[in-house]
Amino acid sequence: MYKVVKRRQLADIITLLEVEAPEVAKKAQPGEFVIVRQNEESERIPLTIMDFNRDKGTITIVIQEVGYSSNLITRMQEGDSFVTFVGPLGQATEIENYGTVLCIGGGVGVAPVHPIARGLKEAGNKVISILGARTKDLLILEDEMRAVSDEVIITTDDGTYGMKGFVTHGIQSVLDQGIKVDAIWAIGPVVMMKSVANFTRPLGIKTIVSMNPVMVDGTGMCGACRLDVGGETKFACVDGPEFDGHKVDFDLAMKRSAFFKNEEAVAYGKVKCQCAKEGK
Amino acid sequence: MASKAPRHDMPCQDPIVRGKNFSEVALGYTVETAAEEAKRCIQCKKPKCVEGCPVGVDIPQFINKIAEGEHLEAASILKGKNTLPAICGRVCPQESQCEAQCILGVKGEPVAIGRLERFAADYEMANGTSKLEKATPSGKKVAVIGAGPAGLTCAAELARKGHAVTVLEALHVAGGVLMYGIPEFRLPKAIVQKEINSLKDMGVEILVNQVVGKVTSVQELLANGYDAVFIGTGAGLPYFMKIPGENYNGVYSANEFLTRSNLMKAYDFPNHATPIKVGEQVAVLGGGNVAMDAARTALRLGAKDVYIVYRRSMTELPARVEEVHHAEEEGIQFKILTNPIAINGDENGNVKSMTCLKYELGEPDASGRRRPVAIEGSEFDLPVQTVVVSIGQGPNPLVTTTTAGLELNKWGNIVADETTMATSIPGVYAGGDIVTGAATVILAMGAGKTAAASIDAYLMTN
Repeated sequence: MYKVVKRRQLADIITLLEVEAPEVAKKAQPGEFVIVRQNEESERIPLTIMDFNRDKGTITIVIQEVGYSSNLITRMQEGDSFVTFVGPLGQATEIENYGTVLCIGGGVGVAPVHPIARGLKEAGNKVISILGARTKDLLILEDEMRAVSDEVIITTDDGTYGMKGFVTHGIQSVLDQGIKVDAIWAIGPVVMMKSVANFTRPLGIKTIVSMNPVMVDGTGMCGACRLDVGGETKFACVDGPEFDGHKVDFDLAMKRSAFFKNEEAVAYGKVKCQCAKEGK
Repeated sequence: MASKAPRHDMPCQDPIVRGKNFSEVALGYTVETAAEEAKRCIQCKKPKCVEGCPVGVDIPQFINKIAEGEHLEAASILKGKNTLPAICGRVCPQESQCEAQCILGVKGEPVAIGRLERFAADYEMANGTSKLEKATPSGKKVAVIGAGPAGLTCAAELARKGHAVTVLEALHVAGGVLMYGIPEFRLPKAIVQKEINSLKDMGVEILVNQVVGKVTSVQELLANGYDAVFIGTGAGLPYFMKIPGENYNGVYSANEFLTRSNLMKAYDFPNHATPIKVGEQVAVLGGGNVAMDAARTALRLGAKDVYIVYRRSMTELPARVEEVHHAEEEGIQFKILTNPIAINGDENGNVKSMTCLKYELGEPDASGRRRPVAIEGSEFDLPVQTVVVSIGQGPNPLVTTTTAGLELNKWGNIVADETTMATSIPGVYAGGDIVTGAATVILAMGAGKTAAASIDAYLMTN
């Protein structure tokens, strides 16, 4: 059993959980993910690692409530346990000294960007982080990102905090200062990663994105997480989750992510109905 | 004395009823039928059936015990050679192994060895109290990677010799393909877990959620106190057809389709949270046992028309005869001599049809089977909303690519000595699908058993 030792509400629908998983913590690297099941009837869902503490033997994950399974997990309290918490899975980020890098996190995507930014900073890069959110209240992990970045730019869609606009406006503002950007990591909603990739493609700036498609086992066995990358089929679980953003077919990825939308609504409806009964 | 009675049929659920549930199809022999069938065995002095069994079960002996009504004795004889008899009695291709060698089969029908094996194992599970005794500890430790048929058999054999065995499994339950691949209606999961529990009773430690290659490595296991390692990671990387449209919504690998349904119990959605979506028309590509399992699962999940799409003819289907027969009874439609060339989707990326070509059989190819040749201009569209690709799978690379010095063949399978299952690394053995490519449960078990004998010899001399 994998016990939650710390819980923090980062925003209304975004929760941070620090989980006891010493074996995973021993090996975890930036860019990797875990697969969790909350209880015996739960599905297996992938979550990117936000932080790891090898001494304490813990892994930190951040999860946004979007449906049934994420609802179950965001409701977990300190002392509750996951029945499955397997990892670290996927390929680690290629941490090198690239020069100046942008670490872009959109929404809950700030969480997986965090260890990457830290790793890149430790490797000697100048790290400029761009954190995007729909509105000020949904911006997460600002302090943590400031601690591992040379500079932080904040964008909100509604202008309630930082620069009004999208993360691409943040990129533009960096470029406007005449800064040469050597590489970009962009993690967030698929539509955000797509627009970052479209923005940087003509500029020829290496842009890495982290894909989070539907997955079952996470070890290459089921093939559910197929993506089209540069005309080739790739499995996000073993070939990724990071890919060259200029080559990913984001439209296909969005369609594939929507495949179980109706079923997810059915399950979510069930849990919401349950919560209403219990007065939660 | 052997009876002249014909081979006894296995009672089954009615095809129309069972097409709508996930309960076991074949119901098993009664005590009376088992005795009658057992009496058909003529107790050959030089039994050829035993030669046909990859793990060398003493077949005439255990059958004789059933004929005498000594069912627990029969089970104990079985378990002397086969750690998982309730599973093998259900999923072994008996018709091409033990039963193919049965002397009664020359002029008539062979003894139903598989059904009798299942009977004895089930009887023991229901009525037995015997527990395998723990052997005297040898002081040696072995790590077994993968809790599928190869790994579990290897673990059991090593435990019998007194070695401390730890099995590392990547999924959240042990059993491998027995849990995620083979459907409940063919192999109830409770039976698999009971057989696994008997290994735990023998002292085998099973750790789940351990992805070797990520959380630890073969070298680390050897460095951290394990005296030997067995790799039985199976064939866990699905092949696709490489035709246009294969990433549309509604195209599943058989592994995904079966894992959702079997392991994650998607057929019980939303009580179990993993969904599965099946259209009214489903095409399953391929003709093996996995294809039959996927087709019959699709039917049970509510599909109206389920097609097996296979490019050769019925006689070349690689699936077990009994499974093909069950599938036909349930109404699975066989579109043989047919192969898809494209999967077509709608504007949302959902599958709406599959473009196929008709084939005819030409000269035999390297495999000895007549080569299918496409008939020009025979293109047609098959309306389907779900496609399950079941054309085989390759070796999962997580362990093999993280083990320096491990010799692999050009397909990525581990090269292991056929007689000892030894790999290129001293103390490291391998067996099952990771060595042979996708094969059967019993062959994997045979390899696990062979490897265990070699590992035992290795531990005793090193």
